Amino acid sequence: MSVDTHCPYCALQCAMSLTPAGEVGAGPEGLCRKGWTAADLLASPQRLTGPLVRDHKGGPLREATWNEALDRAAGGLRAAQAVAGPDAVAVFGGGGLTNEKAYLLGKLARVALRTSQIDYNGRFCMSSAAAAAHRAFGLDRGMPFPLSDVGAAECVVLVGSNVAETMPPFVQHLARMREAGGSLIVIDPRRTPTADAATLHLAPQPGTDLALANGLLFLALEEGLVDEDFLAARTTGWQDVRRCVAAYWPGRVERTTGVGEPDLRRAVRLLGRASRALVLTARGAEQHAHGVDTASSWINLSLALGLCGREGSGWGTLTGQGNGQGGREHGQKADQLPGYRRLDDPAARAHVAGVWGIDPDDLPAPGVSAYELLDSLGDGGGPRALLLLGSNPVVSAPNAGHVASRLASLDHLVVADLVLSETAAMADVVLPTAQWAEEDGTTTNLEGRVLLRRKAVDPPLGVRTDLQVLHELAARLGRTTGFPTSAEEVFDELRRASAGGIADYAGISYARLSAGEQLHWPCPSTDHPGTPRLFLDRFATADGRARLVAVEQPDEAEPVSEAFPLRLTTGRVAMQYQSGAQTRRISALPGDAFIELHLDLAGRLGVEDGERVRVSTVRGQAWLRAKVTDAIRSDTVFVPFHWAGKKRANSLTGDWLDPISKMPAFKVCAARVDRVFSEAVR
Amino acid sequence: MKRVVVIGNGMAGARFVDELLSRDPSLHVTVFGAEARPAYNRILLSDVLAGKRRREDIALASRAGAVRHLGSEVVGIDRAARTVHAHDGRAAAYDVLVLATGSLPIVPPVHGIAGPDGALLDGVFAFRTVEDCAAIAARARRSSRAVVVGGGLLGLEAARGLLQHGLPVDIVHGNTHLMEVQLDPTGGAVLLRAVEALGVGVHLGSFASKVTGSRSVTGVGLADGRQVAGDLVVLACGVRPHIALARQAGLAVGRGVLVDDALRTDDPHIFAIGECAQHRGEVYGLVAPAWEQAAVLADVLTGAAASYAGSRVVTRLKAMDLDVAAMGETAPELADVGDGLEVLVWADPARHTYSKLVVRDDVLVGALLLGDLAAVGVLTQAFDRRSPLPADRRSLLQPRRSAAAPADLADDDTVCTCNAVTAGALRESGCRTVAEAALATRATTGCGTCASAVAGLLAACTPALQRKTA
Repeated sequence: MSVDTHCPYCALQCAMSLTPAGEVGAGPEGLCRKGWTAADLLASPQRLTGPLVRDHKGGPLREATWNEALDRAAGGLRAAQAVAGPDAVAVFGGGGLTNEKAYLLGKLARVALRTSQIDYNGRFCMSSAAAAAHRAFGLDRGMPFPLSDVGAAECVVLVGSNVAETMPPFVQHLARMREAGGSLIVIDPRRTPTADAATLHLAPQPGTDLALANGLLFLALEEGLVDEDFLAARTTGWQDVRRCVAAYWPGRVERTTGVGEPDLRRAVRLLGRASRALVLTARGAEQHAHGVDTASSWINLSLALGLCGREGSGWGTLTGQGNGQGGREHGQKADQLPGYRRLDDPAARAHVAGVWGIDPDDLPAPGVSAYELLDSLGDGGGPRALLLLGSNPVVSAPNAGHVASRLASLDHLVVADLVLSETAAMADVVLPTAQWAEEDGTTTNLEGRVLLRRKAVDPPLGVRTDLQVLHELAARLGRTTGFPTSAEEVFDELRRASAGGIADYAGISYARLSAGEQLHWPCPSTDHPGTPRLFLDRFATADGRARLVAVEQPDEAEPVSEAFPLRLTTGRVAMQYQSGAQTRRISALPGDAFIELHLDLAGRLGVEDGERVRVSTVRGQAWLRAKVTDAIRSDTVFVPFHWAGKKRANSLTGDWLDPISKMPAFKVCAARVDRVFSEAVR
Repeated sequence: MKRVVVIGNGMAGARFVDELLSRDPSLHVTVFGAEARPAYNRILLSDVLAGKRRREDIALASRAGAVRHLGSEVVGIDRAARTVHAHDGRAAAYDVLVLATGSLPIVPPVHGIAGPDGALLDGVFAFRTVEDCAAIAARARRSSRAVVVGGGLLGLEAARGLLQHGLPVDIVHGNTHLMEVQLDPTGGAVLLRAVEALGVGVHLGSFASKVTGSRSVTGVGLADGRQVAGDLVVLACGVRPHIALARQAGLAVGRGVLVDDALRTDDPHIFAIGECAQHRGEVYGLVAPAWEQAAVLADVLTGAAASYAGSRVVTRLKAMDLDVAAMGETAPELADVGDGLEVLVWADPARHTYSKLVVRDDVLVGALLLGDLAAVGVLTQAFDRRSPLPADRRSLLQPRRSAAAPADLADDDTVCTCNAVTAGALRESGCRTVAEAALATRATTGCGTCASAVAGLLAACTPALQRKTA
């Protein structure tokens, strides 16, 4: 008998079934190869099946009992706090954690550890789009409309998204739209499989999507496509934006982006003349030191064309991680409490403290963002101990060599993971945890719909769930109640904590989800049908109007130079997921690291396809196989970030942060490529 | 507190103030603008003339924090007292003075063009300010035929705007081809065909020598005796830097106010940017260089390391239906190649298309594109940044490629992206149907969009191969 669950990987969270023997069946939307092979890791010899501890820094990890490991884990955290106070301990979470885990991890930090130092890897993923959405709409739900709107649209613009590889089953919605005569516009410096399937592909220089959006709005004005009635009735800020984009005429935008006026004009006509149109941004637009402003520029365009708050149209962001949406709503973010409440809002503090049975004054203040947190660890003068769940920053953080050295300088590192990831391998205590199919839990997918993953198989002996780990740690930190191990019990508490908040889950229950209800938040009561479409009547701002914000294309954070003449961008490939901790351990998912470079560039460098090359930035180096192609700009190279060691893309990336979202600039830095002859690669 | 006074509220001056205040909002900035209207985007004037944009739609963003005296024309600079004086009696003391006085339209010394008081004959207009555009547009509504004097960039923009009013338009131009500053003779000829195809009369090779009409204009006479009738005449004979104030103040001037790499004049307290400035012998008449200068000067004045090394000029024109892009050196001909110089040409004059690239020592130093601008983004960046060029120069002019048919896919080309199934794997699978392939390889079981490609590929497999693997 099989159990209905959902894929463990991306934010599409495809339905799947799983038998106790680990056989995967596809749901109605199909599965990509990552989904089909997801169960291969359940019985893999590469997973951890017992705790590990390290007796002294530099020593080996050895097996330990759970009691010993948990005692050591909690003891190290307590010891750090005894010396330097609550903020001596940091907590780092992940966008792959279920809602229940994210919620309980935030609660552990605030209630049991009473530290302000908590953030998570979603900062590297969704934070720019989330901040821009808040600024414009007063609310951040990745897609404020249901996924089915994609297939029904007449035009879809994907800005910096390669869904054909990163979220393959999503493509069927695009295909449905194309079959009905709709147009797909893909904006990407690479001609990805997604771009290959597009009606129109624009290949701007990485980091110039903002100028591109402003340039399209300039042309929309010229073409008479702007919806002045909508702007007057439902928005503020238009006059500022109109004046701002007047400086983005095509000749100027061409110089900045490299996209010619004929393509700009065609794009704005396709988009502006469609009666149902969607603009979807993703990491290519958002992972920049000006990621929030870039997302805002595309929101401005969408608003000016009258797309937002209208059925069938709108702006959205394509969430990346499996629970990238829910993970950013329930309190593992530095400035946030459950229900998308703000930690600096007295009313929010009072509400959540009430649910948690503590004095609001005992809640810590907001802490710092993910990269700032990692950079402050140990030698950085910040926390001396770190508890980390559901993340592998040694591979996935920017400027990863530096991050790894900060982690190495900690007094005490506790990592809960299902495999010995590169980060877990540095830990003093490693706690082996259950996988998605071995426990209950909910995720919230890219359209803001809450999904129930049911337990299908038992975890191996020696493995515990994250909730059990949090329960045990809390008990050892003096909190013997308030940290249940039942996912449903945690969820019910989350419902109360989120009640009345922006992301209100109060009306969503395991019973309703089990019965097959499709519930998008907000869902304030058990008789509420959920909210598939937001903003139809008003936006979530104080005055109900959406806000346009004038934004300017900044200069490059790291200009190319003679020494580093190329622009490096990073991303994902179809057969791997994020830091690769899971997918690199699945033999049915083939592939090796590479650097993609244009054949003209390869010709100049004398590099042959398949040859090993050295890629350098001022921060670090990587040794990679050259993949020579004509499907990328000749001034840009691409490296996927799934691999570690000498193949680690994030040895190269920079650590400039967006001033608002604190998103690092993963998507562009200055690099060089050199041939290597005798250097060992492995 | 440093007092910065800016003379000129046009594209250069307004941009400079914006750049300056974005770097240091605490500066005390005073702007004098001769036009009473807030700063606007001159690039869009021909849209206003054409009626495609309203006057208020072309306003430029202006950052709060500056004192702006609009309609106040500076008439004197007292360098000793470091004070400027305006015609309305206003005065402002400066620590730093920035001249952004722009340029003035050239009114050719043609018989009959102006009365004894210097005012243009009724029906004759300069084409420079938004007021000019509004006046031309108003006059166009009661005119029957328009003549544009000048066949350069500005003249063609004016003609484009006038056509939108449904007027017959003639262009008179002294040179033997249109836009001779930017275009080579072949490009000029292609442009001529395109412009004439729109019904515009073009009269080349002879300068306007007189304007006819006593109370109001009736036409333009050319030096070779030709007469071109029109009751609306627009002068687009170019501009000259507006340097009277600088000259009167005793600053060193050439065609423009002479500046060094810090945009500084020979008075250390006075700087100049935009169309009034002359840097290393160049006076730029376009917005992009003015804005580059504005950014550099804002850096210089706020203590950042910056210096101006000149601009690379790209000219764009939307002349009626024909798009034109011109950059850098465009004069070299095919016969000139050799010694590191390459010239590449594609011409299809019947379709109003002409492209020419000039490459020197492997760097794109000039380009002309008429009609087909598909490559303009790539070429503009290559020119701007002197980036390396592809060995196969054809790809510079033909940026697109077409997708391969399923049967032509190489064995290692991916057909099903969701499941990473290659064409080779499908060929070797021996499957005959999509359903078989789905079972054997999982191709099509993700998004399903490759189903037709898989079917096409299986259909194209040879029976021999299928037998072999069956």
